[in-house]
Amino acid sequence: MFEMVMIKLFNGFAVTLELFALTLLFAIPLGLIICFGSMSKFKPLKAIVRIFVWVIRGTPLMLQLIVFFYGPGLIGNWAAAQVSANPIIEWLATWKVMDRMVSVVIMFSINYACYFSEIYRGGIESIPRGQYEACQVLGMTKTQTFFKVILMQLVKRIVPPMSNEIITLVKDTSLARIISVYEIIWAGQAFIKSNGILWPLLATGVFYLLFNGILTLVFGRIEKKLDYYHN
Amino acid sequence: MAILEVRNLHKSFGGNHVLRGIDFDLEEGRVLSVIGSSGSGKTTLLRCITSLETADSGKITVKGNVVFDGDDEHKLTKEQIRKNRLAVGLVFQSFNLFPQYSVMDNITLAPRLQAKKRPDWRQNKKQILEEINSEALSLLAKVGLSDKTEAYPCELSGGQQQRVSIARALAMNPDILFFDEPTSALDPELTGEILKVIKSLAAEKMTMVIVTHEMAFARDVSDHVIFMDGGVIVEQGKPEDVINNPQQERTKLFLSRFQDK
Repeated sequence: MFEMVMIKLFNGFAVTLELFALTLLFAIPLGLIICFGSMSKFKPLKAIVRIFVWVIRGTPLMLQLIVFFYGPGLIGNWAAAQVSANPIIEWLATWKVMDRMVSVVIMFSINYACYFSEIYRGGIESIPRGQYEACQVLGMTKTQTFFKVILMQLVKRIVPPMSNEIITLVKDTSLARIISVYEIIWAGQAFIKSNGILWPLLATGVFYLLFNGILTLVFGRIEKKLDYYHN
Repeated sequence: MAILEVRNLHKSFGGNHVLRGIDFDLEEGRVLSVIGSSGSGKTTLLRCITSLETADSGKITVKGNVVFDGDDEHKLTKEQIRKNRLAVGLVFQSFNLFPQYSVMDNITLAPRLQAKKRPDWRQNKKQILEEINSEALSLLAKVGLSDKTEAYPCELSGGQQQRVSIARALAMNPDILFFDEPTSALDPELTGEILKVIKSLAAEKMTMVIVTHEMAFARDVSDHVIFMDGGVIVEQGKPEDVINNPQQERTKLFLSRFQDK
């Protein structure tokens, strides 16, 4: 029994880890792009990006997962039922339900990218103007300034808030079960119905706890590594 | 021909008219000190000449090259502004060293990035980098910090940090070096080491413009002194004339506050 439960839980945890890793992989760079958009001097772009961030941060991730997964299929069905030669309707009629995993990874990445973008923005704005001016008078280009001087200082400043957000992400992956992605909570909960036992669900907590323990150690290491200087 | 020409320079921030028509020339190899109380426009003047701010009108010429012309409708491109900046160096009041880099890397970073544009970069990469390094080492020797090459800025005193930032500015081989109150952020006992470095540069005929509150130093080191007040040059001339024997009431009033120094 124990062995069977563990196999199921490990399978579920593999999905949890996959969702976690893919979200980080996409959200970290996407967050930087959103961050630049939200700081753009081109006002319409800045407004659009800020409204987008407001909507994503202002609504529950669970709701976003549901809408993003079921929405395209529902629109497709509706469009297919219309008698119309309108090319837009015809195009909408081709919309289909996405793969569950693909859908959650996209939505998680967008959601976390918005949170990351605000952390990046806070970090960038906290870097003294003198750093940029020193680069300017040394004849450095904007790109050189960002990658050679600002980025490293940015990383040091954002490690503590990012570690917070990343640990939250580990636990948030459990929301994916709302559209039937078979992650670890789902795996644990299934035993209540099938075998009438509760402990597998409680055991999932140990998985989260251990994994977040490892992440805490890793972030501690990174912070220590960046501790060789202070501002 | 003067290496720096400033003509009828104006600059406002919002409704605040900070520079109200500044005119002066600076000859190559000379040292100019700019004195005046806070808010008189000294720092803004430096920032306009080094293109950190864009003036509203007037004209600035560095080594025959027009870096700002209010009458020219064509705005300079970012690349042109960047190139113009290479002719000038600026030492900040607050040093602005890069905290994550060692002293050596602080000095060599910009020259290394600059060298990548040289046509012979690919063939002579190793040699070019060695030249940049040895140049940095000799600059560090000049500012008396040969033993600090691998130190980080946070491990240095304010005076040492400012000397590194002078070396960093010199590493770009500027035609004119500007100082924006280089000793104002330092404890009084540390100002001497900075002033000594600036004096040694003056002895080597480095063209310099120094915004300072150190009157005795300004008198010793400079060939020419400008006193600014309310965005205009009130008085200028030889340091012994302006500082020891001012003609204008405003200059006298300003200098009377420094009498005990």
